[in-house]
Amino acid sequence: MSPVIPIRADTPGCVDAPVLRERGQREVFCGLTGIIWLHRKIQDAFFLVVGSRTCAHLIQSAAGVMIFAEPRFATAIIDERDLAGLADCNEELDRVVSRLIERRPEIKLLFLVGSCPSEVIKLDLSRAAQRLSGRFSPEVRVLNYSGSGIETTFTQGEDACLASLVPVLPASAQGAPTELMVVGALADVVEDQFARMFQQLGIGPVRFFPPRRATQMPAVGPNTRFLLAQPFLADTALALEARGAQRLPAPFPLGVEGTTAWLSAAARAFGVSPAKFDAVTQPARERAASALARQRVQLEGKRIFFFPDSQLEIPLARFLSRELGMQLTEVGTPYLHRTHMAEELALLPAGTFLSEGQHVDKQLDRCRAERPDLVVCGLGLANPLEAEGMTTKWAIELVFTPIQGYEQAADLAELFSRPLVRRMRLAA
Amino acid sequence: MQLTLWTYEGPPHVGAMRIATAMKDVHYVLHAPQGDTYADLLFTMIERDAKRPPVTYTTFQARDLGGDTAQLFKDAAREAFERFNPKAMMVGSSCTAELIQDDPGGLCKALDLPVPVVALELPSYQRKENWGAAETFYQMVRQLADPQVKRAPRESGQRARCNILGPAALGFRHRDDLREISGLLRDLGIDINVTAPLGASPSDLARLGDADFNVVLYPEIASIAAGWLTRTFGQPSTRTVPIGSGATRDFIAEVAALAGVDATAVLADANARAPWYAKSVDSTYLTSKRVFVFGDATHVVAAARIAATEMGFTVVGLGTYSREFAREVRDAAKLYGVDALVSDDYLEVEARIAELQPELVLGSQMERHIAKRLGIPCAVISAPVHVQDFPARYSPQMGFEGANVLFDTWVHPLMMGLEEHLIGMFRGDAEFHEDAAPSHLGGSHKPAPAATPQPAAVSAAAETTWGIEAEKELRKIPFFVRGKARRNTELYARDKGLPVITLETLYDAKAHFSR
Repeated sequence: MSPVIPIRADTPGCVDAPVLRERGQREVFCGLTGIIWLHRKIQDAFFLVVGSRTCAHLIQSAAGVMIFAEPRFATAIIDERDLAGLADCNEELDRVVSRLIERRPEIKLLFLVGSCPSEVIKLDLSRAAQRLSGRFSPEVRVLNYSGSGIETTFTQGEDACLASLVPVLPASAQGAPTELMVVGALADVVEDQFARMFQQLGIGPVRFFPPRRATQMPAVGPNTRFLLAQPFLADTALALEARGAQRLPAPFPLGVEGTTAWLSAAARAFGVSPAKFDAVTQPARERAASALARQRVQLEGKRIFFFPDSQLEIPLARFLSRELGMQLTEVGTPYLHRTHMAEELALLPAGTFLSEGQHVDKQLDRCRAERPDLVVCGLGLANPLEAEGMTTKWAIELVFTPIQGYEQAADLAELFSRPLVRRMRLAA
Repeated sequence: MQLTLWTYEGPPHVGAMRIATAMKDVHYVLHAPQGDTYADLLFTMIERDAKRPPVTYTTFQARDLGGDTAQLFKDAAREAFERFNPKAMMVGSSCTAELIQDDPGGLCKALDLPVPVVALELPSYQRKENWGAAETFYQMVRQLADPQVKRAPRESGQRARCNILGPAALGFRHRDDLREISGLLRDLGIDINVTAPLGASPSDLARLGDADFNVVLYPEIASIAAGWLTRTFGQPSTRTVPIGSGATRDFIAEVAALAGVDATAVLADANARAPWYAKSVDSTYLTSKRVFVFGDATHVVAAARIAATEMGFTVVGLGTYSREFAREVRDAAKLYGVDALVSDDYLEVEARIAELQPELVLGSQMERHIAKRLGIPCAVISAPVHVQDFPARYSPQMGFEGANVLFDTWVHPLMMGLEEHLIGMFRGDAEFHEDAAPSHLGGSHKPAPAATPQPAAVSAAAETTWGIEAEKELRKIPFFVRGKARRNTELYARDKGLPVITLETLYDAKAHFSR
């Protein structure tokens, strides 16, 4: 397998493919949901949502059983008194934050997370963050970002969070050697695998962003080359570029092909010879390919339909079609970033039906007409579609499971084959 | 602003969704930002509904705020009507839409739809889920009940007819409670006119007047509507909620009086094992177990009565997050000589439980977190609950079978009698030691040190310290009463002005408090 992605001048795959843009009811999460995994990734950070009871209820419902542990997130619920006047609102926020920091003295980084209500009443959380940072520094740094539904869809909450961190990352030293930064929250096991792989390739130093602790923020500067590990990091990439860092264009590290192309983008940038690249990646590639072959039996030829959810849909569709032989009926994404997705689109089979945005009822009509073998959708749609006789894979799990890299390629495929296998078993 | 780790209730529009989802042929158009569709999964995942809730959201985004969000709402409402063809519509705002003030009711009037449209005014920054459900149900009943349909005075020998009010979507055990109570009413020879909101269509609501009386199962949801029905149709409502054997008997008596039937046979046949189970000697060790009760008002009042009079527990504390029913809960608390905690602040509830050091907590999903943190056994008696409390098996809380379910559920988390005795006698066993979880729950591992209850020491411990001998002796007290013993000893030492707690102090305190 060639580590170089074949991009030809005559726009291969879906680079120029038409995209159905729809407006209407969107059956998606808001960006607040990102808190559910981010608070576990950055272990000494706390996320305080400034919003309504709905916001509190959302995170609590989405957090499911995890709520048995003392969580590192909470909501400052705006009430009627706050709506009466803004000055009072800021005092109230200070009081709530003080109470919180008293209760959780181990917190080093506090995010004030904006919501729809706080955005609509124009509560200035960035000023509040500055004010509170002044009061609680150096023990606690206070930042803010918006996870509101009016501005962010599901995983875009992570984008907003990371983008808010970029301006406070330390600057790398003048004339420092070229460094690689991997951007996007990854499962710890995936992060460790990538770190080992980069080390074997002789690429380094490599820093991961976000880090596991608030005290280990990576430096950034003109010497920084960054690889996006997740497809939903538009604002974070912009912010990093504003600080001089350069993005290495690559498809996303899903499946053998995606991982190889992703790693090779870094290898090229750091002058690793193709021979060395092959030598280092070969064992893992072969291992993954043989594990994938077993999954291919279940998935080959099956027709799959994606409802929009996380922006992972296009890379997943590419992986499922090219490496597992699935047929794509519709690939919906909440938001399509042409530049970041260029390498992915080039690899999609030509003629793939792409949609951006959503009108959920019309999309359900299309889905029912297609009768796909597998539907990737949110939890609000999954059981109702199962009851209609369709087989579904709920999409949120893809964000909560280690799926990137060689060793996870078969696990990722298994997430899609499991519902099909289950349906067969229960019918038998 | 209120710092909220966990919220006992959702926003009021979730209450409205619970009514819409419970009913048939109704559609709810909710003006809400993108993301508020998370509420769908409460129904599709927690309650495992096989269909989408009948709710259309406008899901506006930031770019829409610059434009015409009112038009967006009108388009969504018209489209929803055409697609779903409901017999009645509900329209309203979520918390964010409330701020932009588009007036869904007025906008929908302009659409001039050929079905009744119920406009909901649910103040999201003041009220919560149960209030939203109650208000929605009231508005639906008020606008859809046909004043012409009125029950004629009953002739002698004619069977009585009632409505059952309250069961809704996402209600704690509503499905099985309804089955249990419907069976009970049938056994009593009473006909059921309409059950609402669960399973009712707008045309069913129109027939509400054609009943002799109303059975109110969940006052949090149905009491406002029932009050209106009393005023409009002269229908009396039941006041007893049939949770527990005693309450079920009272309920039967109340219903029998309203219906003019003889309940003797039903009472004699009752499939009530719980009273005998509680009388049997195996239950003697349950006597005076100290229990803390928290949840919605209805379930708390019922649980406290069962705990005190049917299980022989001592109610050491009770409270509710249902502010609308604070008076009822305060009255109940007086029966047990305790102060009611009326709060929706999770941290306040946690502090109260830590202070009281009960041996059993009866609460909601939230109290399970607290109890786990403090290492106290716990059973769930009230919403909010999670997916495991929407079980596949028949598990009512109401009626005689409900009492049977409650007996099993509440006793289960407690250490069984023999184990409790043996742990009181022998210590240092590697497997069955005093800090281990009850062995019938599979727990032989010592809980994490953080789970050992100690916070109670904070209030009293400032001026007293524990002698080494006394501290050792304290460790010999089984874990589920140790927190109480520690607290009492410290109180005693403080009252007597003793700076150091010795072995003597420990036993003096024990004798002092055992009076």
